[in-house]
Amino acid sequence: MELFHRTAHELAELLRRKELSAVELCDAVLGRIEAVEPRVRAYVTVMADVAREQAKAVDARRAAGEDLPPLAGIPLAVKDNMCTVDAPTTCSSKVLEHFVAPYDATVVARARQAGCVFTGKTNLDEFAMGSSTENSAFFTTCNPWDLERAPGGSSGGSAAATAAGEAIIALGSDTGGSIRQPASFCSLVGLKPTYGRVSRYGLVAFASSLDQIGPLTKDVRDTALLMNLLAGHDPMDSTSADRPVPDLTELLGRDIRGIRIGVPKEFFAEGTDPEVANAVHAAIRQLESLGAIVGEASTPTVSYGLPTYYIIAPSEASSNLARFDGVRYGHRTSKPVADNVELYEQSRAESFGPEVQRRIMIGTYALSAGYYDAYYLKAQKVRTLLKRDFDKVFEQFDIIAWPTSPCLPFRFGERGDPLSMYMADVCTIPVNMVGIPAVSLPCGFSSGGLPIGIQLGASYFEEPKLLQVAYAYEQSAGFHARRAPLGASCGGEA
Amino acid sequence: MALEAIIGLEVHAQLLTRSKMFCRCSTDPSAGPNTVVCPICTAMPGVLPVINRRAVELVVRTGLALNCSIASHSIFARKNYWYPDLPKNYQISQYELPLCRDGYLDIDVNGQKRRIRIRRVHLEEDTGKLYHTAGNESRIDFNRCGVPLMEIVSEPDMRSADEAREYLVALRQVLRYIGVCTGNMEEGSFRCEPNVNVRDTESGAKTGISELKNLNSFRAVHQSVDFEIARHTRLLQRGETVPRQTRRWHPSDESRGGYTDVMRSKEEAHDYRYFPEPDLVPMRIGDDWLSEIRAGMPELPQQKRERFVSQYALTPYDAGVLTQSLEFAQYFEAAVAACRAGQVAEAAKRVSKWLQGEMSRLLNETGQDIADVPARPEHVAELLELVEEGKLTGTIAKEVFEEMFRTGKPAPQIVSERGIEVVGDASELERIVDQVLADHAEVVAKVKSGKTQSKGFLVGQVMKATRGQAVPQIVNDIIDRRLGV
Repeated sequence: MELFHRTAHELAELLRRKELSAVELCDAVLGRIEAVEPRVRAYVTVMADVAREQAKAVDARRAAGEDLPPLAGIPLAVKDNMCTVDAPTTCSSKVLEHFVAPYDATVVARARQAGCVFTGKTNLDEFAMGSSTENSAFFTTCNPWDLERAPGGSSGGSAAATAAGEAIIALGSDTGGSIRQPASFCSLVGLKPTYGRVSRYGLVAFASSLDQIGPLTKDVRDTALLMNLLAGHDPMDSTSADRPVPDLTELLGRDIRGIRIGVPKEFFAEGTDPEVANAVHAAIRQLESLGAIVGEASTPTVSYGLPTYYIIAPSEASSNLARFDGVRYGHRTSKPVADNVELYEQSRAESFGPEVQRRIMIGTYALSAGYYDAYYLKAQKVRTLLKRDFDKVFEQFDIIAWPTSPCLPFRFGERGDPLSMYMADVCTIPVNMVGIPAVSLPCGFSSGGLPIGIQLGASYFEEPKLLQVAYAYEQSAGFHARRAPLGASCGGEA
Repeated sequence: MALEAIIGLEVHAQLLTRSKMFCRCSTDPSAGPNTVVCPICTAMPGVLPVINRRAVELVVRTGLALNCSIASHSIFARKNYWYPDLPKNYQISQYELPLCRDGYLDIDVNGQKRRIRIRRVHLEEDTGKLYHTAGNESRIDFNRCGVPLMEIVSEPDMRSADEAREYLVALRQVLRYIGVCTGNMEEGSFRCEPNVNVRDTESGAKTGISELKNLNSFRAVHQSVDFEIARHTRLLQRGETVPRQTRRWHPSDESRGGYTDVMRSKEEAHDYRYFPEPDLVPMRIGDDWLSEIRAGMPELPQQKRERFVSQYALTPYDAGVLTQSLEFAQYFEAAVAACRAGQVAEAAKRVSKWLQGEMSRLLNETGQDIADVPARPEHVAELLELVEEGKLTGTIAKEVFEEMFRTGKPAPQIVSERGIEVVGDASELERIVDQVLADHAEVVAKVKSGKTQSKGFLVGQVMKATRGQAVPQIVNDIIDRRLGV
């Protein structure tokens, strides 16, 4: 297998044994980017020079006999909504097209410290609002498994880069499924950690109470290794949890006999693609055959997850995005304006894309005097009910299992109507609303060869058990070993 | 019609913390424009706030001083509005569950005790400052952005401009005593926005509330409140409706007296779209922390006044003057403690007289703070003892005090440097001088008419009477004062 298609833990071993240098690996990945990027279009910015320097530095440290962290020398792609001092952070928006942050996001600083090699900043739906990368203000990223289809989103660039061998591992952010759904669409492992497990400092906020950074990788072990690096308290983020960080590789390989797995029936609602449902059910049977005890679970309020999400997320976004007003950031209108208000309105109308504008308007409305109680406050109450539902489920079960996406990777433009696009996240959104960790991992392919993902969830901070079960399934099923064939054309246009 | 004014006050006080509310930047007010800023207080994409624990403590301290109940669980909220001095376009403030609520402050208005209830005390962040240049250009200084700001909202319990001013004076005194705010109105670290309307107590008719802005002195608060009461009264009496408005105060100048005009009407009022700040976790003020803050509370002005009356046998008036500032009160107590001789009450009376007299006069003249005066309390005590022992006359002592005030030299040193021999009894000397002047009325008349050389004769007579023991210079001084030349 080509170097760029191998996993981080395999490559780390080769690096450690000095059978491979970080520069060689870096060149292999940069070469791959050169070869396929025109078709995949995963990156907003490729950081070739930075990457080479970082790879050289890692090799020098290793040559000097330094004991390096596990992921030193591993090429990592960073979603372009995390701040980096050495490349622009655009959020795939015209608003921040030329913005270079004067600081690194905490996760970026940690990865830099650990010797990761930054391949570049990956494309996303503008400000992470979307499920296909079609909302990027710059261009659309293609799914390496079928270039005429979406890689999912909003972390579509990170997923496509990893699946195409344009990065070994990647960072994504997940507000309503933005790591897991692209992982499912691109046959990757994608983890949305427990809210608070990973620092959000330097992640350009979409919805503060829902956003969480996590890994996109080719297998569960890579996810565990990258999470070991990302997780932990950050004094710069008061919502980050101040509690011990267990080594997530520790439970990998332990058998899962006796682990109780619940299958929430509400998540297999009407509208789930039969091929998806079949693959997920097959995966659950496989878990059962590995010794897990499977039962039906119920989360009756889960159908309220999507509508309440579309109150809370836009409400927070409307406030978070208020700072992009044309006074200090990005685009300022060149039209003559009478006052500040007109300056704001005109600049924002000219620079935010339609989906972002839609959500800002929804959120502004939901928070307005006279509507707050009916919308935002009510949504928060429903959120509490959702949490109670999940708490009850976790009294009975250790893990829950259901599809990541109700549908297969769709064609560009197929979901032009915003509501049908919102529905694509129906299985992932409740997890963010509740704050628990959930991982998507490959569980098969459709008759047309499109990836399908199963989603596993666990209670708060139960990532070790979550990955233990994910790993057991992955190793017995083996879907993670397949690589995208990378077809000939790209259907997506900006 | 029986009309009554209804006045409530909103006060914004900058807290005396070293760093800002949600980042580590300095709060130094003297820093050059945009030099104490960072990605957090300028709202760079991706940054997050972290609560300044000290600021929370100072607000809790204020709550305790104002007899409030302290929330065990309190949250921040976002107040969303658009303005260029607010880089996030929302202000992190408190809405539901403020840190402190339901307190009161007792004030004294023309000898009457009044209790003003406090509705809430909450914590928020200050905005930046806009500067509009002569051209069509505006500049922003973000230094002040994120400085911790405390909002203290009273109930509408005040009935006159005098009460509003007294409340404000008493509130500022408390904040200074507990060390949470400099209380400087001119520099904007202590800002006040009165809400004023007028009610007919018989019919219950009310005017719409005027919220007053641009008040940077106690005088402005008093004048603007008076102005508004008169305006509302006039309109109400005419049967006109007075709409709810935000009004700006314009101080008087050569052309006209002070007045208010409309800034905003209610129709233009903001919808701030408050919601709980998702970037911050709720604050828990546990019993341990609360006890710790309580234990660190200093004596409050009212307690100190009462103690001064009982401990030093001072009149309530004297106690009030001496406790106006914490530093003044501390100076007084240190001076009394340094007095060795006599009863505490007597020492206190003497020190009180000197501090209210000479000290206050010199402080006013020089514009100094008592804390910065070189003369220390023990020096004052020492000087007063010399007077008490009769070694210095009152008048000489005043001169010595003035030099002490300027230089910080102890009284004995000043006395010896000036060649003032401290021998004999000063009042005895004065008695002898008076005798000599009475015995030589014709010479006195000559001196008074301008023949100052004749004064030597008088000095000689005094020297003779004291058998040369008096200091000629002192004798000269006494004669000068007696004759007023």
